[in-house]
Amino acid sequence: MTTAFQRVYTKIDNITKATVTLRASGVGNDELATVGGRLAQVVKISGAEVTLQVFAGTEGIATNDEVIFHGEPPTLRVSDALAGRFFNAYGEPIEGGPKPDGEARQIGGPTVNPFRRLQPSELIATGIAGIDLNNTIVTGQKIPFFADPDQPYNQVMATVALRAQADKIILGGMGLTNDDYLYFKNVFENAGALDRIVSFVNTTENPPVERLLVPDMALTAAEYFAVDKGQKVLVLLTDMTLYADALAIVSNRMDQIPSKDSMPGSLYSDLSKIYEKAVQLPNGGSITIIAVTTLSGGDITHAIPDNTGYITEGQLFLRSDSDTGRVIVDPFRSLSRLKQLVIGQKTRADHPQVMNAAVRLYADAAGAKSKLENGFDLSDYDERTLRFARDYSEKLLAIDVNVAIDEMLDEAWRLFALYFSPAETAIKQELIDKHWPGTPTAAGTPAAI
Amino acid sequence: MATQGKVSGIVANMVVVKTEGAVSQNEICHVKDGDVSLMAEVIKVIGDEAYIQVFDSTRGLRVGAAVEFAGHMLEVTLAPGMLSRSYDGLQNDLEKMDGIFIERGSTTEPIDFTAEWDFTPLAKSGDRVVAGWWLGEVPEINITHKIMLPFTMEGNYTVKSIAAKGRYKVTDTIAVVTDAQGTDHNITMVQKWPVKKAVKAYTEKPRPSKVMETGVRAIDTFNPITEGGTGFIPGPFGAGKTVLQHAISKQADADVIMVVACGERANEVVEIFAEFPHLVDPHTGHKLMERTIIICNTSNMPVAAREASVYTGMAISEYYRAMGLKVLVLADSTSRWAQALREMSNRLEELPGQDAFPMDLSAIISNFYSRAGLVTLPGGSTGSVTFLGTVSPAGGNLKEPVTESTKKAARCFYALSQARADSKRYPAIDPLDSYSKYLEYPEVQEYLDRTIESGWVDKVMSGKTLVQRGKEAAEQINILGDDGVPVEYHERFWKSELLDAVILQQDAFDNIDAYTGFERQKYMYNMILDICGRRFEFDGFESCSSFFKELINLFKQMNYTEFDSPAFHDYRGRIEAKIS
Repeated sequence: MTTAFQRVYTKIDNITKATVTLRASGVGNDELATVGGRLAQVVKISGAEVTLQVFAGTEGIATNDEVIFHGEPPTLRVSDALAGRFFNAYGEPIEGGPKPDGEARQIGGPTVNPFRRLQPSELIATGIAGIDLNNTIVTGQKIPFFADPDQPYNQVMATVALRAQADKIILGGMGLTNDDYLYFKNVFENAGALDRIVSFVNTTENPPVERLLVPDMALTAAEYFAVDKGQKVLVLLTDMTLYADALAIVSNRMDQIPSKDSMPGSLYSDLSKIYEKAVQLPNGGSITIIAVTTLSGGDITHAIPDNTGYITEGQLFLRSDSDTGRVIVDPFRSLSRLKQLVIGQKTRADHPQVMNAAVRLYADAAGAKSKLENGFDLSDYDERTLRFARDYSEKLLAIDVNVAIDEMLDEAWRLFALYFSPAETAIKQELIDKHWPGTPTAAGTPAAI
Repeated sequence: MATQGKVSGIVANMVVVKTEGAVSQNEICHVKDGDVSLMAEVIKVIGDEAYIQVFDSTRGLRVGAAVEFAGHMLEVTLAPGMLSRSYDGLQNDLEKMDGIFIERGSTTEPIDFTAEWDFTPLAKSGDRVVAGWWLGEVPEINITHKIMLPFTMEGNYTVKSIAAKGRYKVTDTIAVVTDAQGTDHNITMVQKWPVKKAVKAYTEKPRPSKVMETGVRAIDTFNPITEGGTGFIPGPFGAGKTVLQHAISKQADADVIMVVACGERANEVVEIFAEFPHLVDPHTGHKLMERTIIICNTSNMPVAAREASVYTGMAISEYYRAMGLKVLVLADSTSRWAQALREMSNRLEELPGQDAFPMDLSAIISNFYSRAGLVTLPGGSTGSVTFLGTVSPAGGNLKEPVTESTKKAARCFYALSQARADSKRYPAIDPLDSYSKYLEYPEVQEYLDRTIESGWVDKVMSGKTLVQRGKEAAEQINILGDDGVPVEYHERFWKSELLDAVILQQDAFDNIDAYTGFERQKYMYNMILDICGRRFEFDGFESCSSFFKELINLFKQMNYTEFDSPAFHDYRGRIEAKIS
């Protein structure tokens, strides 16, 4: 990394927990430096005084330690050799092996011109009905799982990664426990999918501030494959809450005034710089981001999930359904904003109405359930919705179900016919005529009632 | 000679410049970083140090970089040829930029300086004119674009000469005017205006009196907005703010639609780019893109330019208003703009107000909303700027500073409710919390009496009462149980459900249901009020609910059919058979 032009200083004036300040000249904003052997980045220049943020913290840094300026912001060397490798937050291999060669690209690069973007229009099937049927994901979309820390979100992410039809999968792990890191590694290796996966991992054993580099590293790699190679890239970021926590630490140490929930006032912009890298490109390449934002006590009004919700194109909630004992994708609170671009167009024409009808009937079941809990008598309709809800949860919503979208739709029609009359579903007549089981034009089992 | 300076400090996009001469607050300057020129705005001056916010990334910028001050504030270029274009927050034409990425410091011309326009003079020599006076006109797509005496020219002028009918470039002189001192001024078709100043080239700003059709029933029927009115749409994420705004931008009865995508998702703007060139304006039959201008500062574009974007959009809208046109400005979302103000206030180390927003947030928002309005122009005709902004309250809490400040400034309030969104009742405009102050205006009531039917506002109010009573009945049923209340309670509840399902809920993704004109709104609303006014005899709550469910289903099918078509009347017949 050293070159002949690097400037070396040996007198540090101020040291705080996270930053050092020294007098230096010719330094560029955002430039990288090494302080006593640790990586640091310029965050403030005031006349001849330069303040550097030391990623690993300043414990043990001495005022006479060597400060070497690299002359450029953080970069990643990009090439096809990235595939199959595991890197740390600085882009250095962590599983042994040589550092891949390639063109050095600055991370956190410029914005795609909105006018050059294409409208996302290709769906990514995952086999999970809670996603494909109710909250269809599209290439170029960004969507997080809002999950409680005890939910199996990393397992669901790994499942989605392996089932999704993507050319490359880039994992950005922030504050992963070592166990989770090894879990991802094993799952990818066992599936024989390693050649299409690139991982950038910061574990809880690493300093938290280093995490701030992980999304930019992962997305720089993603842009290489999507923009240069025209590939469909899926980026998995877990856990973005820990990323935001690192932002708060830095902002706090820089004496910035915190806004809601002790988060920096720039949280919205900081998060959107990452998520807006999701794009459908005119060359056919795309970047799709699926992230995890862990919640504290299910509170989505906290600044991190709240700002995330305003940036991302929907959100997916996991919930364990007490009636069936399965983990399901919650049909009420989950939403994919881009599903309108594909459902009924790239999928069967009955998809939008079937989806809405099923969710509405499931909501009626929830109403019936609370009636039951409050000790009221149930009507015949209430009873039928409860039976429907049970089947719907078990046969469609459960995350371990793996079927194609057409089968999901057929299953939903079967359940409608089993428990309801066509009018109760309030679906357009022409679709009823075509798909209602038992009517002359529809294939499938005859209605049970 | 313009003032020069040198960079002496950098924190993120705030840069300190040591100046060698006079600078003014909000003056524009350019920072030279190698061969890239970064645009910036002065936001504070202390001694010979100017604090500037750079509208671009400051990565790699060094102390000592040269800065050149421009001598003017942030300006827009106003001329024929802006319709259907897509600009960034600083009026760079995004279409003209090369490459997939927006490189640092890239700029493009906002208009085409080589194009020729068919000019027809309106004024003649000897005419006494003032700023905003129509000197001539050119056709721009489907509108008549007036060429005006520039807004910056104060006082009275006399037309000395005017160009003959013919083809001219925007930079050609089309008129010469003489001021009171006898000095001649050459007038072209292009003028500049500082975006943060309101255009005042009008004689009067009367109260709005005409209702603007949006085709969204929950707005037009229940809480209408006026031409020249202001409104805002607060709602938690997922409540459908953007879908609602897009619906309005497609259907509203306006001559020019200004869409300001302010710190929101890029894919939402892409949707407009993809759809508007193909969709048709239901009022004129022209392509939607032809009446639309997009100002686009998506959330990952530079924050400082986000603040500028709303002003750029407003200034261009005021320009088209001065031509006697109806302009609708849609800004999504003004919260992102407020956040941009907060970030900069924070870097300036100002003492913060509530939630770390700047103390003067409320004043800034009121001042901005006040730029909308209906105006009487110097020539006697009228033009209007209607402003509808979304607000993204943190945590969905309407007690936060941006929502509260906006509530003071805007006259219509369309509260999107999480509960409605969760039960997929879209648009999720809460029928009871939302309001339109315009319904209280006597001139608006009179307008509705004249254009829809006499006593219309009373009908609207009775509909609101129905919803209110339905809600109360639902609460009673929830507390006492289905059997614990008289059947009338169920009937009352289901009548409000009927009104909700048929009038308030609307499928924005269905070709027919998405847009409902006033005539159809009146027809359907009267049908519903008629049913709700009848007394039915039910032998139990179950027969009551199944009766109304079937009725709702018939009405929904009717909403999906074309107005006045045989299928429409077929459903009407079936509904009448059911209720008789």
